[in-house]
Amino acid sequence: MTAPPPAPAPEGADVAMLRVTGKQLQADGVLTLELASPSGARLRDWTPGSHIDLVLPTGLTRQYSLCGDRWDPTTYRVGVLLEPESRGGSTYVHEQLQVGDLVGAGGPRNNFPLVPSERYLFVAGGIGITPILPMVHQAELLGADWRLLYGGRRRGSMAFLDELAGYGDRVQVRPQDEFGLLDLPGFLGEPREGVRVYACGPAPLLAAVERACAYWPPHALRVERFVAEDAGAPARVAPFEVELARTGTTVTVTPDVTVLEALSRVGVEILSSCRRGVCGTCETTVLAGRPDHRDALLDDDERAADDCMYVCVSRSRDERLVLDL
Amino acid sequence: MTATAAPGTTPPGTAVPTSDVDPFSHEVLEDPLPMHEALREAGPVVLLSEYDVFALARYDDVHAALVNWQDFQSSAGVGLSNFRYEEPWRPPSILLEADPPRHDAPRRVLQKVLGPRALRRLREQWAADADVLVDEVLARGSSFDAARDLGAVFPLRVFPEAVGIPQPGREKLLPYGDHAFNAFGPANDLVAKGAPRVAELSGWVNEQCRREVLAPTGFGADIWAASDRGDITPEQAPLAVRSLLTAGVDTTVHGISAILYAFATHPEQWARLRAEPSLARIAFDEAVRWESPVQTFFRTATTDVRVGDVVIPEGRKILMFLAAANRDPRRWADPDRFDLGRDPSGHVGFGMGIHQCVGQHVARLEAESIVTALARRVRTIELDGPPVRHHNNTLRALESVPVRVVLD
Repeated sequence: MTAPPPAPAPEGADVAMLRVTGKQLQADGVLTLELASPSGARLRDWTPGSHIDLVLPTGLTRQYSLCGDRWDPTTYRVGVLLEPESRGGSTYVHEQLQVGDLVGAGGPRNNFPLVPSERYLFVAGGIGITPILPMVHQAELLGADWRLLYGGRRRGSMAFLDELAGYGDRVQVRPQDEFGLLDLPGFLGEPREGVRVYACGPAPLLAAVERACAYWPPHALRVERFVAEDAGAPARVAPFEVELARTGTTVTVTPDVTVLEALSRVGVEILSSCRRGVCGTCETTVLAGRPDHRDALLDDDERAADDCMYVCVSRSRDERLVLDL
Repeated sequence: MTATAAPGTTPPGTAVPTSDVDPFSHEVLEDPLPMHEALREAGPVVLLSEYDVFALARYDDVHAALVNWQDFQSSAGVGLSNFRYEEPWRPPSILLEADPPRHDAPRRVLQKVLGPRALRRLREQWAADADVLVDEVLARGSSFDAARDLGAVFPLRVFPEAVGIPQPGREKLLPYGDHAFNAFGPANDLVAKGAPRVAELSGWVNEQCRREVLAPTGFGADIWAASDRGDITPEQAPLAVRSLLTAGVDTTVHGISAILYAFATHPEQWARLRAEPSLARIAFDEAVRWESPVQTFFRTATTDVRVGDVVIPEGRKILMFLAAANRDPRRWADPDRFDLGRDPSGHVGFGMGIHQCVGQHVARLEAESIVTALARRVRTIELDGPPVRHHNNTLRALESVPVRVVLD
């Protein structure tokens, strides 16, 4: 065998991009986006409760829970509620974003994982149904005993009712204009062992669930808060510079290449493995500047520390990053 | 061995190259490279008539199967045995022999416990431990056995300690792991050789996984703490510890022996490492690519899966040759050369996808520690006699690598 081997398939900055392949209204003010790799390749694997970061063409970064089918390796689905009072992320998605558009992407990351249990109680309010939807599919698949209490303002504003219909009595749909406030004590019952309670929705609902679970065993309740609109610097679409502290070299990273590739072009080889921000092999210490984390590894605290990054996918929020290389 | 394009047993109408090679015979285990090349060149998929399983040996196909957990399941066993029909020799691993969704929670916990950030606190200690061991070995003379005196010793010094199991009995981890990796293959003489001690070794290993036995700090304690938080169940915690003890010792022993063997046979690469010690990390992954301490794993088709022109029917076993993929000339330039100038990133020696070795960062840190310690004192290293292979159905292993060194 003497033929020269082709270079490995370039993934490059492509890993951090998604193309909108579907946009569909699910309920009043709620639409779903379907997203795929521009090359049609497999997407990074995810688990129920995961969210992805979408970097909109305006530079805003928004988090959305994945609510599709993880057995479909090439498509993500997210649900987006139109929030006219917001700083514009949801308005942009509803009004501007088109099928065929490209968006930057990070993650998936999961701060709300479904832990093993034989019994689950799910509480969802409004758009909080999105992380819960794949959870109930999974609970069903595992043969767990589960129930879902799903509230919203009006039936017409509640997404995925059709997909939930097949579960029959396990799902209680309780629009506020028909039933009033959710009857949490009635749904949750007495505190007991062996039950995991998952809740996602607006802050007042989560506060009510926390009060209702005050006497439950530790770790019985897990909630996902909608994070406040991102106040940090918008992700950069412009080039940025990476300074290598040990040699003083500076490298410019343009939008079409990863940091890993940019470093490799100037002869700085960093060991990597998955090149998808999943395995952690290319972890690099950050001495200055704020990375734009696109990996699936760091939790919120670790991201906020800004002391390391995975150069195969992550980029920069600042004009200059200083790495310990 | 012969590889002929004869109609296979399945599927009707499709010709699949067939080979009568036994990948688990002693002849092949002694030197698997000719078989790897023959399988790679026969086609994307080859039917192994000896076991009636489908083999993948090209990089692209092995990589694609590794990441595709949807079509290539692990819960029917990652060895030859099909758990749909056969009883496993021990309760299945909750990681290696599990699929999503059951695989999710244990994987998440171990990924954190063994993640690069969690290992930072071990780096200095392991570097010091490596210096001590290297000094001990070099004090005995300039000739030693790189496999027996370093490869088989260093992981047993640092890893069980990091897990937090008691000192007595740690030597049992090696024969236990050896048997576990043999058991992924057919019920041949290698499996029979380990059988008499299975009950004793399994009993001892299971005992070490109990919370009361484990040290209050360490990977074991971290796993039990995760069960306190409900991230995994109390029933899963000992099995997660068992995974570390099964998969974390023999693999690193043979990985370290592999890199020392590679340097002993490539003096110019040792010189290069000495000139640039920060290459130790890349050198280990290059050694893992070049030698592939874990040679193979199986999957089972969950549906009729097309690979190239062949449809592998649902329920059938697929044997993935990680080692053959790691030397596929379609992917690697001059693949048989151990070369620190190469970027080994993307090799499948640790697997790929959701089952990729969760302990890979531990392995790298162990190897980096020992190689760096050796490079500090040793100017040249070369073979001092013929290396001796150790045969295992899954592992590419070295029993003995006699070397002679010149110190600074």
